[in-house]
This record gives sequence, C-alpha cells and structure tokens, in this order.
Amino acid sequence: MPRDALMDFDAALEKYEPVLGFEVHVELSTATKMFSDAPNPATGDDAEAAGPNTAITPVDLGLPGSLPVVNETAVRYSISLGLALGCRIAESSRFARKNYFYPDLAKNYQISQYDEPIAFEGEVEVELEDGTVVRVPIERAHMEEDAGKLTHVGGATGRIHGAEYSLVDYNRAGVPLVEIVTKPIYGTAERAPEVGRAYVGAIREIVRGLGISQARMERGNLRCDANVSLRPRGAEKLGTRTETKNVNSLRSVERAVRYEIRRQAAILDGGGTITQETRHWHEDRGETSAGRPKSDADDYRYFPEPDLLPVEPSAELIEELRAALPEAPAVRRRRLKADWGFTDEEFRDVANSGLLVEVAETVAAGAAPAQARKWWTGEIARIANARTTDPAGLISPVHVSEIVAMVENGELTDRLARQVVEAVIDGEGSPAEVVTTRGLQVVSDDSALTAAIDAALAEQPDVLAKIRDGKVQAAGAIIGAVMKQMRGQADAARVRELILERAQS
Amino acid sequence: MSEITPDLVRHLAGLARIALSDAEIQRLTGELGQIVDSVAKVSEVATADVPATSHPIPLTNVFRDDVPGPTLSPAAALAGAPEAESDRFKVSAILGEEQ
Repeated sequence: MPRDALMDFDAALEKYEPVLGFEVHVELSTATKMFSDAPNPATGDDAEAAGPNTAITPVDLGLPGSLPVVNETAVRYSISLGLALGCRIAESSRFARKNYFYPDLAKNYQISQYDEPIAFEGEVEVELEDGTVVRVPIERAHMEEDAGKLTHVGGATGRIHGAEYSLVDYNRAGVPLVEIVTKPIYGTAERAPEVGRAYVGAIREIVRGLGISQARMERGNLRCDANVSLRPRGAEKLGTRTETKNVNSLRSVERAVRYEIRRQAAILDGGGTITQETRHWHEDRGETSAGRPKSDADDYRYFPEPDLLPVEPSAELIEELRAALPEAPAVRRRRLKADWGFTDEEFRDVANSGLLVEVAETVAAGAAPAQARKWWTGEIARIANARTTDPAGLISPVHVSEIVAMVENGELTDRLARQVVEAVIDGEGSPAEVVTTRGLQVVSDDSALTAAIDAALAEQPDVLAKIRDGKVQAAGAIIGAVMKQMRGQADAARVRELILERAQS
Repeated sequence: MSEITPDLVRHLAGLARIALSDAEIQRLTGELGQIVDSVAKVSEVATADVPATSHPIPLTNVFRDDVPGPTLSPAAALAGAPEAESDRFKVSAILGEEQ
C-alpha cells in the first residue's frame, strides 16, 4: 500500500484551518439489550466468556414474529447522558430504521433514531493539558442498537480484504448504544489533535461518572469516529471531510486527527481534492487508509420504526434524572484536587494521563491518594506506554488498591509489587492469586533473614567493624547480598535494622 | 407520474444486493412507479391540519423492565442458518461495506 504524502504539521496549520467533528458510540451497561431481554455482554467483565451466539433471543436475530420492546433503563441512562452533555431532552422521540444490507445485523436494518433523537443541542466543557477550556458543541445524542461481530476468514491479515468468508457472532447485536454527535468544531488550529483527545476523554469521564457504561475503549465500550476537514485559512466554505473509524484509544484520537490534517494538507497543497470517504485508523502503522465511499443518508432509507412506539419522557422524569446527576467533571476536578492535596503539577499529571477516574476509584477502594497516583502515573503508565495503549483499563482500580495495601502491610516490597502489577495486567489473576502462584511474599521471617545475614557476614567479615566505626553505609553490601539470596523478596528496611542490631550486640 | 427511473431501480437493487436483469429492471420500474403513485394519492386528501403520523395507535412509553430472560442456545440460533462454523453464522465475504 503506498504511503500517503504528508505535509509538515506546522506548515499545514499555516495554510489551513482544521474543522473537527466527532461521533462517539457509548455501549450502555444495562442488564439486558436495547430491545430484547437477552443479557447485555457489554456489562460483564468479559464479553467473550460465554462463547459466540449465546446472548441472543429471536428479537436479536430478527426472526419472524419477534417484536422489539424498549428497555426502560436504557432510556433513563440515555436521558441522563443527554442532560450531562447539557442537551435538551425531546418531548417526543421516536426510533427509525436505518436500512443497510450487511450481515452484522440479521434484520437488514439497524434500529436507530433519525429525525427525533432523545437529546439535542448541548455543550461539553473540555480542558486541555495547560488548563485551557474549549467548549465543544453537541448536535445530538441518540439511542440505537449495536451490531454483531464479524470474523473474516481466509484473508492474510484477518481483515476483510482477501477474506474468503466471514463468521458472525450476534452477541453484541442489540447492545444499547448512545451515539453522541458534535457540531463542527472550529478554531482549534494547531491544538486540533489535542482537542480531539481531550473531548473523547471528557465523554469517557462523563459516562463513567454517571455509571452508565464500562467505557473501556480497548474493549469497544466507547468508540470514536473522527471527522476532519481543512479549509484555507480565512475561507468560509467548509472543505470535504473524511471520517476515520476504529480510533479506539485517546492516544489514537490525537494521532489520527494529526495524521488526517497532514495528509489532507498535502493533497490540497498539490492542487488535489479530498475524497469524501470513511478511513480506517491503523494503530500499528500510525496511519489511515481509505475505506468505502461515504453513503448518502438517502441510501439508508430511514423511516419511522413501525414496531416501536414513541418515547415521551415526562417533565417529572427529566427533573428526577437531572437532580440525580453527579457533579460535572470540571467541578469534580476542583474538588478532587483539594481532597487529594496534590500540587497543580501532580494533579495535571494525573488528569492529562486520563487517569482521574482510575485514581479516584483506587482511592475509593482504600489507597492513599499519593500511592494511587504513584502507581497509575508510574509503573502502570510505563507498561501502557511500552505496549502503546492507554493505562486506563489495563488493571482494575480495586486491584491497584489491593497491591498498595500489600506494600503498606509489608507483604510486598515495591519491587515485588511491580511484578504483581505486570502479572495482573497479563491476566494471571487477582493480586493475591499472583502472589500465591508466583510465591512472591516478602520473607518477613526474621530467622530466615538472620541466616542470610550471617552467611553474607561470613563472606565479608570486616563489615561489622566498619559499621561500629560509624560507617553505616557499609551495611549496603550485606543488604545487597541478602536481597540477592532472597531473590528480592526481603524487606530491605528490615534487613538493615537486623544488621545494625547485630553490629550493636 | 412517479420519479421511479430504471437507474433508481438499479441503484436500489445494488443497495439490497439483488441481481436484476434489464428486463426485470424495466418491469419493476413500472410496478414500483404504480405503487408510489397509489400511495401518493393519500397526499391529495391530507390537508395541512392533518399531522404526519408514524403510529396509528395513541400509545407512548411502552417499556420493558431491564431483567434478563431466556436466550436461544447456539444450536437453536443456528438451526435456520444455511451455513455455520464454530457456533457462528457463515456468510460470503462482502467487501468494502463495513458499517
């Protein structure tokens, strides 16, 4: 595949103004699906656990005679989300059929909303790394159902190109979704990639705060399509846009927006035109590739869903849900910063890594704020970086808090705890299970430590004399030898104490 | 007269993934045109004071409690599938149409 020509980012911004738009799909964590009483796989810990085609009913397969019925909890969640996005809630909202022939849905249409979405005209406050606030205008948030998953068989790369056939699992078909669509976002200039990342991060923070979605991007609970177009600086008319799909981490949102700006600028600068199309983001190659030409909305032949009745939320229901909204993220940030006692820099470090929710949940699970921050922005972020993914979602806050507690109780040293973190991330079980199976407990048995100290002193008999002469740092050699013998599973501070006691006896 | 043209029928057939011969396209252009014209007659009697309606029943807010019910077994789900493999429905590869 030919590499795209790219213009230098700064040069591109000198000539063109990027205009952004985002469509974010949020899988709701209801007990059942949007229109059927099948269990919702997006709610469990492991959507794959039950095996393919196990979470389906005749409604999800669109079998003759089956009828969809709206999940009340999904409607309540959608209204809450609409309110949290600052939207107006429709007095009357209805579903529509979006017709397309592709086997990810068995009915040949997706039940969505078209002309009467549940929520519309909102605004989200987004905070950038340096504290700048950008207001992102929201066009609408509508309810719909997710589609099934296709596995392409026979292609060299597992993608559809070259595939001989596809296998379909309808477990995800019918999972409740809210699609949040922004209006065009103007004036972001060179900060466009950063605004994209911060916006999706803000949506993630909002839905997690509401407790209506697991919002794990790596599992597809929250998915982002990024629209980018360029127009010459000072021009009125919008340029042709592309819609980049499959942008499934905060980091990818930033990279994909930056890539599209550079790619489109190179085409426009060479006198070419942008093709209106969907593009796919490839995390591994850090580039986008052309997908299908974008269908006109006409081709979906939307029409009101005859099987479902309109949803008309009462003013009482809307006010009840409004009253139950959690703090807005901006307010929450100010409160957390005060509660945790972090400096500006420490707090920004957490917020900019997209780890506010993780640290808050780790603290709620019992860890000290400083410890929660240290582990998330330290070891966990390091592992995430090495694996080019986001730290959020790698490990559960409860597990991190358990590991912090083990270090505080002296069951683990920092070094052992880092091994436990990595093993938990690799799916070896809970921290307690990893400690047991790998035999990582700190040796706190003084007699075992004393034996190791004696052995080390026998090799370096002059050390005790040096310590007695006031050269306490000489103990380091013995501590090192003991740690080596204990394969790191000794508490260095305790070993030091025991050596000093020995020197005084 | 309706706006149904042979090109529109060809386009719709493409969207619906139905292969039509030229003779079928000619026949359907006429038939679909007649259907559209017949339905359009409704517009002639609908005056400005008749609101558009998608549901003839005056009911709203019919909801279901969020409680899981029985599901199909994979075998039952796949019973009507022309082809299946590894508990999944097997379908032809369709290029370039990922939604």
